[in-house]
Amino acid sequence: MTTETRAVGVRARRVRREFASGVRAVDDIDLDVAPGEFLALLGPSGCGKSTLLRILAGLDRADGGSVELQGAEKRGSLSFVFQDAQLLPWRNLLDNVALPLELAGVERAEREERARKAIADVGLDDAVSRFPAELSGGMRMRASLARAVVTNPRLLLLDEPFAALDEITRQRLDDQLRRLHQKLGMTIVFVTHSVAEAAYLADRAIVLSSRPAKVVLDHVLDLPRERVAAIRAEPGFAHEIGTLSRGLEGSGA
Amino acid sequence: MRSRALPPLVALVLFLGAWELAVRALSIPSFLLPPPSEVARAFASDAEPLARATVTTARAALIGFGLSALMGIVAAVVLSSSRLLERALYPYTVFLQTVPIVAIAPLLVIWFGPGLRAVAVSALIVSVFPVIANTLAGIRGVDPALRDLFRLYGASRTATLVKLELPAALPNVFTGLRVASGLAVIGTIVGEFVAGFSDESAGLGITILSAYRQLRTDLLFAAVILAALLGLGLFVAVDLTGSRVLRRWHPSEKN
Repeated sequence: MTTETRAVGVRARRVRREFASGVRAVDDIDLDVAPGEFLALLGPSGCGKSTLLRILAGLDRADGGSVELQGAEKRGSLSFVFQDAQLLPWRNLLDNVALPLELAGVERAEREERARKAIADVGLDDAVSRFPAELSGGMRMRASLARAVVTNPRLLLLDEPFAALDEITRQRLDDQLRRLHQKLGMTIVFVTHSVAEAAYLADRAIVLSSRPAKVVLDHVLDLPRERVAAIRAEPGFAHEIGTLSRGLEGSGA
Repeated sequence: MRSRALPPLVALVLFLGAWELAVRALSIPSFLLPPPSEVARAFASDAEPLARATVTTARAALIGFGLSALMGIVAAVVLSSSRLLERALYPYTVFLQTVPIVAIAPLLVIWFGPGLRAVAVSALIVSVFPVIANTLAGIRGVDPALRDLFRLYGASRTATLVKLELPAALPNVFTGLRVASGLAVIGTIVGEFVAGFSDESAGLGITILSAYRQLRTDLLFAAVILAALLGLGLFVAVDLTGSRVLRRWHPSEKN
């Protein structure tokens, strides 16, 4: 195992996606994400930001344009977190988190060790042998995060992962995600419709317009790299939220 | 537990009592409707042939059910592997559901010869469709996001089948198996009517036929009750296995 995680940069050019129904979800989007950057994609619900994320992940095809992941020469360098935790209900936490390694052919002893580490990283050590039905919504989402980072991804894509959680749980998970980013140094693209979440988490936020998704604001957040809960009360944070909110208002939401 | 078993038990006793009294009071001839006491006597007097017939029928039903479980799941997996294949073949599996088994049982005798094989195939034909249909629905119903997950991590077709599709379909598979368990016994009895041997290895179907010919309605009742109990037993076994297997996996199985 290498300790060095070379993060992946993203370079998307004129990405277009039109559904069979004729709805244009994504329209000529250019997107650059620097290696190691934490980017928030912010936009109104149903604006096409999830489609864009799926195209970056290779889960959906683009009708035009190009997506280049720089430094991602093989599968496994990319992980995806869905809106729901999407755990397998018949596997306990350990086996759920170890799944990506299992599919990659990693042998049992090693994958269990790595899964345990990832589980510890999200603070679920006590629950390794529990089944998803025995976990709370927040715990399930943390398990999903652990599964995403267990492969040591260089690019982590998250599609409104905490949207269904209550505010307190969501803030705890935001902190956890931020810590994982600091520790593992991968590139993150995080889709959300919460301005506060985008401001709290990201180094940079892109605001997208409603269908078709177009970039209306590309903004580097002027906040300290170390984010702690206290930051939410600071004027700088309020200022950034104002900037993003105005961008969102101008997006036709 | 006791309180839950009590009402149906009381109902049964009352029903049997009313039956016995009615037959005696109206002096209905016992070849038309034997009272429960006479059916009980038939159980005792014909205990040995009835036991042998039950074993024969149980064996054919189990083989038919086992084949139906195996072939039904395999067929569903094959059909699920391609939309085209499913569209081409699925309509024909419905034939299995609609074909009158009594009508094709003679064909089974011609193909498989009389006896266990033809009877088991009859049970298979009658019971396989619910297994195919339910398993297929289970595989088709896998959450698309989970399929994306497996795709993202480069899972092979086999890995996706074994680690995602089949476990996810398991509750549906058991639904199909529960239905199939009762149908397998029905298919066996019907199969025996046409294809069963009437020697000492005769099954309950044959017992019913010969009791009917001799107007031994008491024996006929006894055989029918045994066939019903056989179906019930198989159903309960499948049901218990299902809830045991699914207990931890699927929240739906938790009370």
